Amino acid sequence: MSNTDADTDTVRDAGFDDWLDAAEDGEAYYLECPEGHTSLPPRRLCPECGSADLTEQPLPDTGEIATFTVTHVPTPAFEDDAPYATAIVDFGPVRVTGQIVDRDPDEVETGQTVALDITRSETTDERVIGFTSV
Amino acid sequence: MSGVRVAGTGLTPFGNAPERTSRDLFAEATQTAFEESGVPRADVEAVFYGNFMGELAEHQGHQGPLMAEAAGVQAPATRYESACASSGMAVRDAVMRVRNGEHDVVLVGGAERMTNLGTAGATEALAIAADDLWEVRAGMTFPGAYALMAQAYFEEFGGGREDLANVAVKNHDNALTNEKAQYQTAISVEEALDAPTVSSPLGLYDSCPLSDGAAALVLTSEEYADEHDLDAPVAITGTGQGGDRMALHDREHLARSPAAREAGTEAYADAGVDASDVDLAEVHDCFTIAEVLAIEALDLAQIGEGISAARDGRTTADGDVPINLSGGLKAKGHPVGATGASQIAEVTKLLAGTHPNSEHVADATTGLAHNAGGTVASATVHVLEVME
Repeated sequence: MSNTDADTDTVRDAGFDDWLDAAEDGEAYYLECPEGHTSLPPRRLCPECGSADLTEQPLPDTGEIATFTVTHVPTPAFEDDAPYATAIVDFGPVRVTGQIVDRDPDEVETGQTVALDITRSETTDERVIGFTSV
Repeated sequence: MSGVRVAGTGLTPFGNAPERTSRDLFAEATQTAFEESGVPRADVEAVFYGNFMGELAEHQGHQGPLMAEAAGVQAPATRYESACASSGMAVRDAVMRVRNGEHDVVLVGGAERMTNLGTAGATEALAIAADDLWEVRAGMTFPGAYALMAQAYFEEFGGGREDLANVAVKNHDNALTNEKAQYQTAISVEEALDAPTVSSPLGLYDSCPLSDGAAALVLTSEEYADEHDLDAPVAITGTGQGGDRMALHDREHLARSPAAREAGTEAYADAGVDASDVDLAEVHDCFTIAEVLAIEALDLAQIGEGISAARDGRTTADGDVPINLSGGLKAKGHPVGATGASQIAEVTKLLAGTHPNSEHVADATTGLAHNAGGTVASATVHVLEVME
């Protein structure tokens, strides 16, 4: 029983995989509408006001860990990765959820400054949003 | 105001029954509900059924008509899916349809088969309640999401694992008399603190179990209950629903549940009561921290003070407002699609004086049930009152 069969693995998710590509090139972005509402792709409409006029803005280089957890019981897709630290990082205009990749999970604390760093799952080799310290 | 009467309730035991199909579980729950109500199946005009992971657990979609058939009812049937709030949503729609005069008698409930997936499979299935692209693919599990909220709560308001352990201890104590509960055993704070970590700061005892089970309710209009002289003293008098952004990182606040507040505010206003009228509540404690966030969102505790409510005895069986006298999801079990309807069943019995824990709330006239989906991107709240 799995929802990650070969077909869904090979088909890209438009908008999301494009964002991962950009992030790997150091060009991660967020979306902004004329009202100043911010969000992450894929998005056709602003979730706050419905505006279709969304522009890509560069994601700040660093953010702060707003909260984190060390997961010991993962889903099968991260079986070989556990234990790992998942954090919500506040970049200012948007927050992003990802894994702390360069630090012992026990040394993670809120308030630490990190940068985006797309990594790979040790279990599936799929791309994973990660964060490294700066 | 006129309410929608709870004429009958039925629950299967909650727990490990991996071999039982959800159609069998639901059928059992409806048998009890019909028996208790005295309402003939032929009078049912519609079926409202909640289920979350039937496609993954049983390779079964389109469960509405299947469940009507399992219940021996010939009526139009709809399945509701809103993660762990699935049957709360089913109850809400049923209440509104009865209220607006469309139906006089409805069958409502839900079921979930989970343990056949095993722990890893069920963890994967539960994770689909989160944002797949931005949360699940980053390795966030369902316990992990609540752990992120717990950590954010500790940072902002203080409190710690021992406070959460007191929530678990309280709910286990409440389940001791609940013969349908998955765990009918007391635990200690020390045992809870010593249990393995699932996703820090949450341990095994902060987490509800994986459960199979079903719940069913027979709801009727006030007129039908009067005409047929039903023994149905408890009514659903208020209903509310709230929503929020899907991904936790998109919420304004990482340690609050505005969707629950929105649902509660609407339900209180609908019933014409406020939080100070609530004598007891069943809230969605899929994790200990979830109970803390829920009672704060429902104004049953001040913001920042929910964490100490169980430890200080304010929410224990003999406290000011007993929370989760059934044992809650934590000890009663959490077959997700059944949970919302099961909470209505428990509150009904507590108010009617037919629950083993009714002695703790002998003068209670107003109860509340809060059901939440995912990390509370969806929520329902219902107010129940004794009508006579």
